[in-house]
This record gives sequence, C-alpha cells and structure tokens, in this order.
Amino acid sequence: MVADGNTPAPPERLWRNPEPKRNYDVVIVGAGGHGLATAYYLARNHGLTDIAVVERGWLAGGNMARNTTIIRSNYLLDASAALYDHALRLWEELHEELDYEFHFSQRGVLNLAHTEQEVRDARRRAFANELNGVDAEWLTPDEISEVCPILNTSNLRYPVLGATYQRRAGIAKHDLVAWGLARKCDEMGVDFIQNREVTGFVTDGDRVTGVRTDSGDIGAGRVGLAAAGRTTLLTDTLGVRLPLQSHPLQAMATEILEPVHPCVVMSNHVHVYTSQAHKGELVLGAGVDTHNGYAQRGSVHVIENQLAAAVELFPVFARAHLLRTWAGTVDVTPDASPIIGPTPYENLFVNCGWGTGGFKATPGAGWVFAHTIATGEPHPLNEPYGMERFTSGALIDEHGAAAVAH
Amino acid sequence: MLLVRCPWCGDRDEAEFRYGGQADVDYPADPHQLDDAAWGEYLFVRANPAGSFDERWVHTAGCRRWFSLVRDTATNEMRPDIPRRREGR
Ligand SMILES: Cc1cc2nc3c(=O)[nH]c(=O)nc-3n(C[C@H](O)[C@H](O)[C@H](O)COP(=O)(O)OP(=O)(O)OC[C@H]3O[C@@H](n4cnc5c(N)ncnc54)[C@H](O)[C@@H]3O)c2cc1C
Ligand SMILES: [Zn+2]
Repeated sequence: MVADGNTPAPPERLWRNPEPKRNYDVVIVGAGGHGLATAYYLARNHGLTDIAVVERGWLAGGNMARNTTIIRSNYLLDASAALYDHALRLWEELHEELDYEFHFSQRGVLNLAHTEQEVRDARRRAFANELNGVDAEWLTPDEISEVCPILNTSNLRYPVLGATYQRRAGIAKHDLVAWGLARKCDEMGVDFIQNREVTGFVTDGDRVTGVRTDSGDIGAGRVGLAAAGRTTLLTDTLGVRLPLQSHPLQAMATEILEPVHPCVVMSNHVHVYTSQAHKGELVLGAGVDTHNGYAQRGSVHVIENQLAAAVELFPVFARAHLLRTWAGTVDVTPDASPIIGPTPYENLFVNCGWGTGGFKATPGAGWVFAHTIATGEPHPLNEPYGMERFTSGALIDEHGAAAVAH
Repeated sequence: MLLVRCPWCGDRDEAEFRYGGQADVDYPADPHQLDDAAWGEYLFVRANPAGSFDERWVHTAGCRRWFSLVRDTATNEMRPDIPRRREGR
C-alpha cells in the first residue's frame, strides 16, 4: 500500500486468532463496529474481559467495511438526539483513548431543503436540536455557497432553499475504527473468533446457555447479538419475532481526485448524499434497494438515479469516473430507529435495526449495549429503544432525519 | 437489475415495478380479538428469511396490477413455477 501522507501504514498484526474456549462470560455475535465497541466498553466500563466475539466472516467485513462513514447527531426526537449525540461526544475522544488514529474529521454536514415543506421541517429539526444541546444552524443558499462552493444551489429543477448545518458532524475511516477497537479489545483479553457462523442457541428454559456454531457449541453466561442484517435469522430460531427487514444498501466511489468537496452534503429530496474521502475519492450513496435481500448487491438503476442527482447538485462531478459500487445488508425497522435491549430470554440481548445509519453510533451503541448486557437493564439512553415499543406504540419515528440521510 | 416476470406483461426490468413486501398478510378477521402484542405483530412484523420468500410486486410502469412471486432473497433467483395469482383475489 502506498502511503499518501494522510493514512497510516498498514497495520502489523493487531489481534490474536485464538481457538475459542469452551465457555465465556459473554459471547457477542458479530464483529462489526457495534460488536467491537460493545466488547470494548464491556471491558472498559464494566470490567468484563472473558468475552468472545464470534464472526461468520472476517472482522469488520460486513456493513462496517461498506458504509460511507457519515457521523452526525442532528436527529429530530429527544430520544434520538440523546443517543446519537452521546455517540458523537464519544467519537470526539475515542481515538486518543484507543491510541489509534482513525481520522475523525469534523468537516460539517449540510442537510439540504428543496421545498417549502422541507424548509419548515428542517428548521423545526434545527430548533429541536438546539433545545437538545445538539449544534445546529440554518443556512441560506448564499451561506451554503460559502461552506460548499461547488454545490449548485439555484440552477436546478429543485433549487436549494436552505440547509441545516451541523459543524461537529463529519466522517472517519471505518476500517481504522474497527482495527483500533479490535487491537484494544485484544489487549484486554477479548477473543475474536473469525470465520465461525453462529447458527442458533443452546437453551435451558428461558435462558440461553450458549451459541451453536458451524463447528461446535460455545457456552455463554450472556449473549449479545450485534449481527446487523442477519439478526432475524438468529432470533427466528428462538421464535423471537423482530420487526426487521433486511435490504441491500449500496454506495459508490470515484477515482481519487484533488480535494474539491469540503464537507458532507445530504439531500433527501433529490435523493443522494456525497462527501470526499480522506484519500480523495468522491463517496456517494442514497437509500436502500426496496426489495428484501441478503445478496450484498443491489440494482444498477438505484445507482443511476443517485448519480443523476449528484451531477445536478455538483456539476463539477460530471467528468469524474465511477470506480466501484458495492452493497451491504442493512436491517431496517418500521420507525427507522434501532432496537437495543433485553429479549424474552433473560440473558440474551439484541442490538439491531440500525439500518442505514448505525456507523455514526458505533461507540454510543457499544456503550449502551455493554451496559445492557452487563447489568441486564437498559442504560437510560436506550431505555426507549426496546422491542416492546412495537407493542406499546411508543415508536421513535425518525424517517425524516434518517431516510436518505444515514 | 432484477428481471421481474409480470403475469400479464412478461419479463420486465425491475425499474418498472414497485415492491410490496411479504405476500399473503391478511387483515385480521376480527381485529377486536387481537391484544396489543398480536396487533403490533400484524402491523410491524414481517418474515425476513434469507431464502425463499413469497412477495408482492406491482407493475407501476406497465399494467399497474399487483401480483405475487417467490424469490430467493439470498440469490435473487425467482422460481420458474411462478409467478402465480392467488386464488380468490
Ligand atoms: C452502503 C452503506 C452505507 C452506509 N453509510 C452509513 C453512513 O454514512 N453513516 C452511518 O452512520 N451508517 C451508515 N451505514 C450503516 C452502518 O454501516 C450500519 O448501521 C452499521 O455498520 C451496523 O453495525 P455493525 O458495524 O456492527 O454492522 P456489521 O459490520 O454488518 O456487523 C455485523 C457482523 O455480524 C456478523 N454476523 C451476522 N450474522 C452472524 C452469525 N450468525 N454468526 C456470526 N457472525 C454473524 C456479520 O458477518 C457482520 O460482520 C451504511 C451501510 C451501508 C451498507
Ligand atoms: Zn404488467
């Protein structure tokens, strides 16, 4: 790998690859960002280190490797602002704590409004953010042009009427986040068991006593699921029915270009979001492919629509070459908010339903999920996020802040 | 892009269709009999298999009719014995 002055050299071996022990205090299913962060905070905050993280593929090869790394906390509702801003505050200190640079760049996010109704909704969200202590500003088109000069605000079918701006938002290098967390967990004694698929559970009444895997059982005092798009395949084996639908979510990157794009721009209305990665690729994405799917691939018309929107918003992108498109499998809930909490099995806990937007929550999700696993009770921040909200009706409807905007 | 077989129009690009999710989710025969858990389940919970899935599509840019088919959600393979029309619908 060529060092570009910006990215560190590729890592030495950062974690062991041990054979699993027969039993652990805690088994976490899934070594994505959330599984890693959960193991980290279990050790750091709760003194639990007898932990295995079991991963069917390779460490952080799922959505953690595929996301577009947008980090922000400008969600509408109180429960969401609290959860996501807590995560953002953790991001602000995490790299020092891990002693591992992952290039968290707080370059700001613009969420564009293209219709009068969007202007009203966006301003309402900015006011709500301010009341919740989340930094938010409303920018006029002229002010937007100062922040992002390459953005076309007026010469397009749906002119940009304004935008919310969160300065503390930004991007980070996802792989480095995962490696930094994994290295620290490994130092604290956490075992990563890669290439081992969890296929079900060993149960005793309303307790799980271990996980079944494709090569033998592993005993567990507690089990935490951080399996993202494949969660229901596991919970279905216990008859625990979760309101999740797994969809392909695609993204794409161009060749490496000179720095032209200073921030993150998201548009729900014309349906695209863009940023420029540290190395220089333009990174684009939008919403899910509408059908359910586990194939980690999506359809080309979805890409085509996003590119059309991107080129209208950023005429300068027209001559960039698209190099790669890819997809992950994301677990979407009916209210576009995650499910984090206990299950009918007293020592089985779920963290799922982060859908298109869980990267930004990585440390926060780990923090509250670790608390939930360690104490058996939700942390105050994830108390509203239990699966019982789909029975009580106390939904946390974040479609406005979460649809295209990841 | 998926090639979706409309029972009336034949094989067409996925872009001509809208997706309708799990097929055969019937409105509860007697909603008053449902407790909150059952009602929540009807409203919010759908099957989510990695494999064979009975699902609804509507040919929005064609004949505009709804139909069901069976697709493997892991491979996108659609079974040759389908599409089908549900009896009595
Ligand atoms: C294209 C794309 C763009 C995105 N952009 C953004 C963004 O800009 N900002 C943002 O905040 N979020 C974004 N997201 C969403 C974000 O990536 C996810 O919400 C988040 O990564 C989910 O948590 P995770 O990292 O733990 O998931 P994953 O990395 O998917 O981790 C789950 C792990 O569990 C493993 N697993 C599953 N089942 C089993 C099993 N049975 N046994 C063993 N292991 C198992 C999987 O292999 C996987 O490694 C994006 C997602 C995609 C796909
Ligand atoms: Zn038709």
